[in-house]
Amino acid sequence: MRRFECRLVIVGGGPAGMSAAVAAYEAGERDILILEREHTLGGILTQCIHNGFGLHRFGEELTGPEYAYRYEKSVKELGIKYYTDCTVTGISSDRTVSAVSAEEGMFKIQAGAVIVATGCRERPRGALNIPGTRPSGVYTAGTAQKFVNIKGYMPGKEIVILGSGDIGLIMARRMTLEGATVRAVLEIMPYSSGLARNIEQCLNDYGIPLYLSHTVSEIHGKERIEGVSVVRVDENRRPVPGGEMYIPCDTLLLSCGLIPENELASGGLAMCDVTTGGCIVDQDRESSAEGIFFCGNVLHVHDLVDYVSEEAAIAGRAAAAFARGDKRGDVNISVHFDKNIRYCVPQKITSLKDTDIYFRVKDVHRGATVCVNVGGRVVSEQKKIRLAPGEMETVHITERMLAENTGDITVSVIPSGV
Amino acid sequence: MMTREYDFAVIGGGVIGGLIARELSRFEVTTVILERSMDVSMGASKANSGIVHAGFDAERGTLKARMNVRGSELMETVASELGVGYRRNGSVVTAFSDKEREHLLRLAERGARNGVKDISVIDGDRLREFEPNLSPEIKYALYAPTGAIISPYGLCIAAVGNAMDNGCDLMRGFEVTAVERSGEWFTVTSSTGEAIRCRAVINAAGINSDIVASMASPARFRILPRKGEYLLCDKELGGMVGCTVFGCPTEKGKGVLVTPTVDGNLLLGPTAEDVQDRDDVATCADGLSYVERSALRQLPRLPRGKVITSFAGLRAKADGGDFIIEWSERGFLNVAGIDSPGLSSAPAIAETVVDMIGNSGFRLDRKRNFDPFRKPLDWFSRLSDEEKSEVIRERPEYGHIVCRCEKISEGEIRDAIRRDPRPHDTDGIKRRTRSGMGRCQGGFCLPRVAEILSEETGIPFLEITKASGGSYINKSRTKGD
Ligand SMILES: Cc1cc2nc3c(=O)[nH]c(=O)nc-3n(C[C@H](O)[C@H](O)[C@H](O)COP(=O)(O)OP(=O)(O)OC[C@H]3O[C@@H](n4cnc5c(N)ncnc54)[C@H](O)[C@@H]3O)c2cc1C
Repeated sequence: MRRFECRLVIVGGGPAGMSAAVAAYEAGERDILILEREHTLGGILTQCIHNGFGLHRFGEELTGPEYAYRYEKSVKELGIKYYTDCTVTGISSDRTVSAVSAEEGMFKIQAGAVIVATGCRERPRGALNIPGTRPSGVYTAGTAQKFVNIKGYMPGKEIVILGSGDIGLIMARRMTLEGATVRAVLEIMPYSSGLARNIEQCLNDYGIPLYLSHTVSEIHGKERIEGVSVVRVDENRRPVPGGEMYIPCDTLLLSCGLIPENELASGGLAMCDVTTGGCIVDQDRESSAEGIFFCGNVLHVHDLVDYVSEEAAIAGRAAAAFARGDKRGDVNISVHFDKNIRYCVPQKITSLKDTDIYFRVKDVHRGATVCVNVGGRVVSEQKKIRLAPGEMETVHITERMLAENTGDITVSVIPSGV
Repeated sequence: MMTREYDFAVIGGGVIGGLIARELSRFEVTTVILERSMDVSMGASKANSGIVHAGFDAERGTLKARMNVRGSELMETVASELGVGYRRNGSVVTAFSDKEREHLLRLAERGARNGVKDISVIDGDRLREFEPNLSPEIKYALYAPTGAIISPYGLCIAAVGNAMDNGCDLMRGFEVTAVERSGEWFTVTSSTGEAIRCRAVINAAGINSDIVASMASPARFRILPRKGEYLLCDKELGGMVGCTVFGCPTEKGKGVLVTPTVDGNLLLGPTAEDVQDRDDVATCADGLSYVERSALRQLPRLPRGKVITSFAGLRAKADGGDFIIEWSERGFLNVAGIDSPGLSSAPAIAETVVDMIGNSGFRLDRKRNFDPFRKPLDWFSRLSDEEKSEVIRERPEYGHIVCRCEKISEGEIRDAIRRDPRPHDTDGIKRRTRSGMGRCQGGFCLPRVAEILSEETGIPFLEITKASGGSYINKSRTKGD
């Protein structure tokens, strides 16, 4: 079995992994190896053939494959090494990365630093616990997307979509363009978790009905799905009488949230955040396991790939510095948040420098103030017209704010008129 | 075409039919398994608790008690010969009150009389020394170290596969609709008009065993289907209990159990509900929430949101309560009413059936080249890293991971498709390799698995199904193609 050393191993060759690699290279690191389980670089973007990527990062609208290709091109031009068709099976706290591929067999790499950028996956039917029969024709939106966009097959013609996540919305449009009828998009919450522009461009433009506060209560059909029972729910997601309907369909697509694919860490390698499903990290995206960094959707689910690239670049630079043996920060500031916020990333600060804190709110707010407090002193206040769980927010923390105040950071959202 | 002729036709490719066929394949006789589904293990043998019961449940003197205790003794050897995941993890029955303790004492006494070894009643604190996650409110527990867990469909598939390796035939999609005797021979006909001839029929048709029985002579029993629903949790929770934990039966029904599976998941269930429809394996919201509530009572710290799938199975309960293993007429043997502990009893039932056949005048000569062993389905994952690398050097497809959750390679999938009994659909691959059985439930690997199945079998991609019949995966090509 082959064993070798590498200063920076990056697990995952999607937009996060490639962006981290490029940033590490630009920070001076040359001994980088990307390990990607699929046959090509690009991650999930390779199947996202719609546009809407790259407005922030490149100032133009690209399709998923185009966006990925920009990074792939850099990786290749810079001569950064990568293995495709190579699956990482484990990472130990001493930064030994175990992997398998057809060419190498089982092998181990002793890494100087590791960046994990393995992305996320969709919540399947089982996790949603939908009762009923177990016929074919129940897919996550991403599986359907792969069938349609990559393989050239249509899973079905009469579609119901459960969940108004972005992939679900995009697939509503995609299936319609391919000649299918999307009978309904059902959302259990009173608001959509997708981007506002996707509701417009993917549903409203095609007259696809969106039922808020509705969910599937039972799946019917013995061999192939034949229909779904739908109920209306209250704020506590409990069915309310009077809202029942039966929608015949041959396909049910699930777009009910994404979960970080954090298996490499959740086995005890690093401390995890139960809300994000990813690891707890500092401003450099370093986890509780020294020299092991996390970025992109494996850390927390981002709205836009542009933000993924941005975050990954932070991890890439920091991992390069770690591999070089740079001096490290020695403060220990926790990031707290109030009851209106679901989570913040990073969860802690270990060195005094400018940092963006990403956060998500729990509910929709029309008008609110985002307030940051360091060691009991308000350091910034920002008015927002609208805050929604589907849209990630950021607050900027400067080195000065941290230097002039001692103590933890608290982010709070104060709704207007309260 | 000549009608094929066999010495024995086993109706039903469940764990009972499978192990009977395997026992018969030890002898110089010809056997066919007739199965209505397109795969084996599609009935109760696929959806049950997977427990090899210690044997304290059944009343002394019943067939259930005898078969269970003997089956549990035989199971370890059978599982190791067939390469099936099996673990003697021990069972406990918990009592939350002094009244329930009396029930435990009765079970302990019954167990001792049935011949179950090392059974004892312990107090709650002692129990929590080895099961720290169990509820502090549990006062006593019955502990039976001989209880075990097994992969039920793994056992069934391996039993049929081993029987086939030793010369047995399998006909799928063969739903028996008529059994006719003429002299020394039976003609067994399917719903599609296919027919075989045989000298003896063994009816192991599970939920339909009364219907099949009545094809030969008026059946003296009736099957009352009883549904059981389950929740299967992520492997993250597989270690929450070591033993299989049963509750005492209450007025609300038979206790729900909490158990690790041999694959490392945590399984919760089953419910017990009498139903009419013999094909109805749908789950319902009430059933699933009852399972969850009952499990929480035993394991108060059971985290929510870790369920990866739910399913239901039908118990083939006979109206008389006990197993039925008897000749209904010469050459027609009913093995019916095999509800729980049918899985545990299966090796003993197979042994008994072959004895009965031998004693009834059929000549059974031992086959000299019978091979009881079968390479485990998961042989590759049992190898060390060095050994895996060796295999990958020879066959690079073992280095290609297809199912990322369970880390199953293309090589293992191709291997499973090439081995008897061959899977025809993606669920069949799942039961053989675990590909698609992890936390993403096939979200990522299904397209690739379907492709490999198509390549291996020559079935066009569009005709690949989830579970045969009308369970197509894709309806058409996209417009562009
Ligand atoms: C919810 C539940 C939990 C259980 N838990 C346990 C447990 O923990 N431990 C234990 O020991 N036992 C348990 N059991 C019992 C155990 O699962 C069964 O006893 C065992 O699987 C029965 O196997 P079988 O081969 O008789 O039946 P099946 O597996 O149902 O096989 C019968 C086969 O016959 C086929 N068939 C039916 N009609 C025809 C026809 N006309 N022509 C051709 N083929 C036909 C069916 O398709 C099926 O494949 C449980 C059962 C259930 C339902």
